[in-house]
Amino acid sequence: MPRSHIGARRLLQGVARTLAGALVLGLATLSVTSPARAADAIRVGEINSYTRLPAFTEPYRLGWTLALEEINAAGGVLGRPLEVIDRDDAGKPGEAVTAANELLMREDVDLLMGTFFSHVGLAVSDFARQRQVLFVAAEPLTDALIWSRGNAYTFRLRPSTGMQARMLAEEAAKLDAVRWASVAPNYEYGTSAVATFREALSALRPDVEWVDEQWPPQGKIDAGATAQALAQAEPDALFNATFGPDLAKFVREGTTRGLFEGRAVVSLITGEPEYLAPLGAEAPEGWIVTGYPWDTVDTPENRAFVAAYQARFDDYPRMGSVVGYAAMKSVAAIIEKAGSTDTDAMIAAAKGVMVDTPFGRITYRAADHQSTMGAFVGRTAVRDGRGTMVDFVYRDGAEVLPPEDEARAFRPE
Amino acid sequence: MTAALEVHGLRKRFGGVRAVDDVGFTLAIGEMLALIGPNGAGKSTCFNMLTGQVRPDTGAIRLFGRDIAGLPPRRIWRLGVGRTFQVTATFGSMTVAENVQVALMSHHRRLRWPWPRADRLDAGPARDLLALVGMADQAERGCGLLAYGDLKRLELAIALANDPRVLLMDEPTAGMAPRERAALMDLTARIVAERGLSVLFTEHDMDVVFGHADRVLVLDRGRLVAEGTPDEVRADARVRAVYLGDRPPSEAGP
Amino acid sequence: MDFLVIQALTGLASASSLFLVASGLTLIFGVTRIVNFAHGSLFMLGAYGAWTFTSGLGWAAHAGPLGFWGGVLLSALAVAALGALVEVVLLRRIYQAPALFPLLATFGLALMIEDLVRLVWGPEDLLGPRAPGLEGAVTILGQKLPAYDLALIALGPMVLAGLWWVLHRTHWGVLVRAATQDRAMVGALGVDQSRLFTGVFALGAFLAALGGAVQVPREAVHHALDMQVIVEAFVIVVVGGLGNVVGAFLAAVLVAELNAFGILLFPRIGLVLLFLVMAVVLVLRPHGLLGRPEGETRAAVPPTAGCWRPAGATGWAVGLALAGLLALLPLVADAYVVSVAAEILIFALFAASLHLMMGVGGMVSFGHAAWFGLGAYGAALAALGLGAPMAVGLVAGPLLAVAGATVAGWFCVRLSGVFLAMLTLAFAQIAWSVVFQWHEVTGGDNGLLGIWPDRWASDPAAFYWVSLAVCGVAIALLRSIVFSPFGYALRACRDSVARAEAIGIDRVRVQWLGFVMAGGFAGLAGALYAYLKGSVFPEAMAIPVSIDGLVMVLLGGLTTLVGPVVGAVAYKTLAIVVSSWTDHWPLVLGGLIVLLVIAAPDGLAGLARRVARAASRGAGPGGREPAS
Repeated sequence: MPRSHIGARRLLQGVARTLAGALVLGLATLSVTSPARAADAIRVGEINSYTRLPAFTEPYRLGWTLALEEINAAGGVLGRPLEVIDRDDAGKPGEAVTAANELLMREDVDLLMGTFFSHVGLAVSDFARQRQVLFVAAEPLTDALIWSRGNAYTFRLRPSTGMQARMLAEEAAKLDAVRWASVAPNYEYGTSAVATFREALSALRPDVEWVDEQWPPQGKIDAGATAQALAQAEPDALFNATFGPDLAKFVREGTTRGLFEGRAVVSLITGEPEYLAPLGAEAPEGWIVTGYPWDTVDTPENRAFVAAYQARFDDYPRMGSVVGYAAMKSVAAIIEKAGSTDTDAMIAAAKGVMVDTPFGRITYRAADHQSTMGAFVGRTAVRDGRGTMVDFVYRDGAEVLPPEDEARAFRPE
Repeated sequence: MTAALEVHGLRKRFGGVRAVDDVGFTLAIGEMLALIGPNGAGKSTCFNMLTGQVRPDTGAIRLFGRDIAGLPPRRIWRLGVGRTFQVTATFGSMTVAENVQVALMSHHRRLRWPWPRADRLDAGPARDLLALVGMADQAERGCGLLAYGDLKRLELAIALANDPRVLLMDEPTAGMAPRERAALMDLTARIVAERGLSVLFTEHDMDVVFGHADRVLVLDRGRLVAEGTPDEVRADARVRAVYLGDRPPSEAGP
Repeated sequence: MDFLVIQALTGLASASSLFLVASGLTLIFGVTRIVNFAHGSLFMLGAYGAWTFTSGLGWAAHAGPLGFWGGVLLSALAVAALGALVEVVLLRRIYQAPALFPLLATFGLALMIEDLVRLVWGPEDLLGPRAPGLEGAVTILGQKLPAYDLALIALGPMVLAGLWWVLHRTHWGVLVRAATQDRAMVGALGVDQSRLFTGVFALGAFLAALGGAVQVPREAVHHALDMQVIVEAFVIVVVGGLGNVVGAFLAAVLVAELNAFGILLFPRIGLVLLFLVMAVVLVLRPHGLLGRPEGETRAAVPPTAGCWRPAGATGWAVGLALAGLLALLPLVADAYVVSVAAEILIFALFAASLHLMMGVGGMVSFGHAAWFGLGAYGAALAALGLGAPMAVGLVAGPLLAVAGATVAGWFCVRLSGVFLAMLTLAFAQIAWSVVFQWHEVTGGDNGLLGIWPDRWASDPAAFYWVSLAVCGVAIALLRSIVFSPFGYALRACRDSVARAEAIGIDRVRVQWLGFVMAGGFAGLAGALYAYLKGSVFPEAMAIPVSIDGLVMVLLGGLTTLVGPVVGAVAYKTLAIVVSSWTDHWPLVLGGLIVLLVIAAPDGLAGLARRVARAASRGAGPGGREPAS
């Protein structure tokens, strides 16, 4: 008896119809989502981890929004307005590449900027190389982005983990401390921070010894056990690279357990308002940190930036705000200098381009595409029930970067 | 050799409880042997040791002279033992015919390959088996849609797929209406006779037992308390004690 | 020695925290068998609630210890009410759906809550007050221990004792335990099952929120707490034994103490310790520390799903026609749409491979990303290490995945149900941590770059055609496996293990082979993915990818063969479109998923089938209705 396929056939057809319908609907949606665009605008594609790391990226968004408005109010670039199309990457490199694809192929952007996480930055950087499009990386801190995996299309704004660790090591070398211990999140940022800091400190102080290292998983520090383990090693000083919620937990546990009593602490990026402000009155005092004391940096550039930012958003700027602002200004300066949005022209222009930022004038080095943006190095303090930085100096990025000739040799090709 | 199954000194403990304690019997070729007893008497444990689902602590189970105690179910099945389940166990996502085909394909060792399309493999023999149990007209139905009595018949067809010499049936008529019970057991008896099978079955329903068994084994609290023809067993005082509860005071347990 | 005592006490404090979350989850899971993916979200809401009540403007901030603990309790009670609401409004509608379907609903809910939290409380991390009266440290054996840790150490056993009392000394508790052991029995006892479930869900939510609330004095509250907690909580539940609160407590102590002392010897162990513990426990004790063999749970595929039938000539014709239509896409769509379509095809294959394991093999996997990721790394390593062309990479990827799945599968198929699923998760996380840490080979978390397709396939259209061909053939192969002799054996093991064994099928071997096949096809999808993105990172084998796979399969419908493909197309398209449209995509996507769950508890393909059936009924008397 032959098997009947009547039911199966109808079903298959129904399913095929659904499938095709879903595809058509989806693709149709994809094809109508392009926003109305200003005909003559220069289009900047912006990608960042807005949903994954809003504590940093929301101020970042406000930062570039402010710069964008200033630029366009002043007549745009090359007489054309600047337009930003921004996308969320959810902190995933795969989604960042999808977004980059969309920005490039669908939105016809002239260049890409943004990203926070190192690995997301690397993914977009490799995409930029493959598709031959300029990528101004705002935040990703890994040295690989400009050195071991650097490419012609990628430029980076922020001082890297290594640069900031070197700034701190110079301060740390002035301490009496001999026995050191480190705590850093267990991924590339933490690993390279500790490695660079150790190397730089040992170069300055050969007598230093390392008595313990703790590598809690990022975002999942077992702070009590970690603090106790560090205390057990009886170091004279600590190097910390945790940040965000991990830092808050670590500070609380460490303070209560007396870990920081009589010990110097040198701490990467802890002075950034994103990470210092949430600690409130419990912010540690006397830690040597890199960061951004937004309210006490008394330069005309910073005063103007802070005033404009507060007037526009009724909020104070974070580090992310400065990065977003400076990244957008960098993009404008590059295009202005290039005189066109041709990628090769922009790359040529970006080499050595000078940009005015809230931290003063910076330069993108021709040899390794790293900007000379620096960071403030100082000590944490609590004023009026909140954390801030005192006794700080601005360390120009150029001072902690290897000479350009040397840096060129770190890059492939 | 006259015995299909020979069981000696079968024991199984669960924790401190002797579920089956020194049970021994034989199943003669061509015989229909019933295993009965009140709830908790050890019927299921005993049965499951025969099928391989439970591993005996000690004891021997000889299938045509070969010891199969402790073998996994699939090995016992390969040696020519078919079985049905108390709560029917069939493949709900397949048709009735496919259920039997899978058993046939397994019997012919065809189930290993991811190629080719298998829905027509062994289709003919499957249909013959279904015809044997009177299910031919339902071959194309999904077996999730079958009535309970039909599922029991399907189970029987599956159990016959490996051309077994011995059939083990765990409460074959549980959950069926009285008329269905008689029909199923008549069918079983006919197949047994036609194919020269030997059958061991557990059963609650005394009409089924006394109507269809050649001999009856009675278990109580893990031990074999009586053995004989239905008439003998019916007359046995110990059996009456077990079932009616009029046992001597010393033996009355909680 | 003094130090070791303090470290042990510190571990106990962490154990209490873990236990509070896990106890609620184990109750919910034990009774309702719901894989409550939103449990971490309830924890997070508890923390945010407690922060609101006890800090800054909260009334409890100025009321001393009573205010603090009152705020904690109030927050937990509020979340318990929310939990009850969720159960009544959402989950109750889908108890009849296949097991695991609630996972999809609670996943949508978790997405929504994460986004809502960001909208309500803002993006910044929030540091709450310390507990009044417990701010300082207690000196024990000359070492300082936070006083609050002592409070936590006491709180864990107190909650355990309270739960034990409720479960053993109240009528309601007896019913809960009965339901944990045998759901059917409760129905037989004439108990109102839905009220019991609502109560259990509310209690579970209360415990989760309590766990979150008492963390406020220890850590900053932020919007990623949910994902951080949910996996840990599940591991504790499974290691302890499903539904067993004492087991959950033991597991929490075991994990916390191993971590407290483990980091002294291996400072990097924190990344993977949890999963190592779970793998070892499950291999040695397949039902967890105190677990008993699982009662009869709802089958992955309900028997009423109907029968799967081969497509037949018409079916293949429709499939081929569809493939032909899809091949025309690059002629009418721009490059972006084409590359998105390639990504969707790749995930359709990934979902189909997971369906072979789950839908066909009856083995739920929470770690299918492992094989996807290994496939991606296999291709990447072949491309970078050997300079191999894409064709070789597309073979190397699946081979690496097959190798991994062969090892993991050998262990996994010895378990069943959710234990099997969690063991796959353990292996996936162990593999992930190896990839994450092995910088010399895998590049660590900085990944491998520069894995672009060969020149001939580098154009988006060309790569799309490659993806279409590879995925199309692979999906067709997967389908034909289902109807091959081996496919019948696999389905037999899924439908009835006892019957399968009783007809001579070697279940362990068959499922192992099915596991490996599914891994291989997932690896093929992963290899394509590597070439699509040009780079590979540990994310490719992380938990979110496994969850995406589950969501696709469940959304499409576990009980149909086209389900996973439909689900992948729908979910991927939605995710890409919505996230390109709004930064609040988690809220929108989560909301859509919740709506779909309510509208189509049998998945999208099931919905289509019902629509088709209704249409055919209108057209005339319908024939039999096998599922395809």
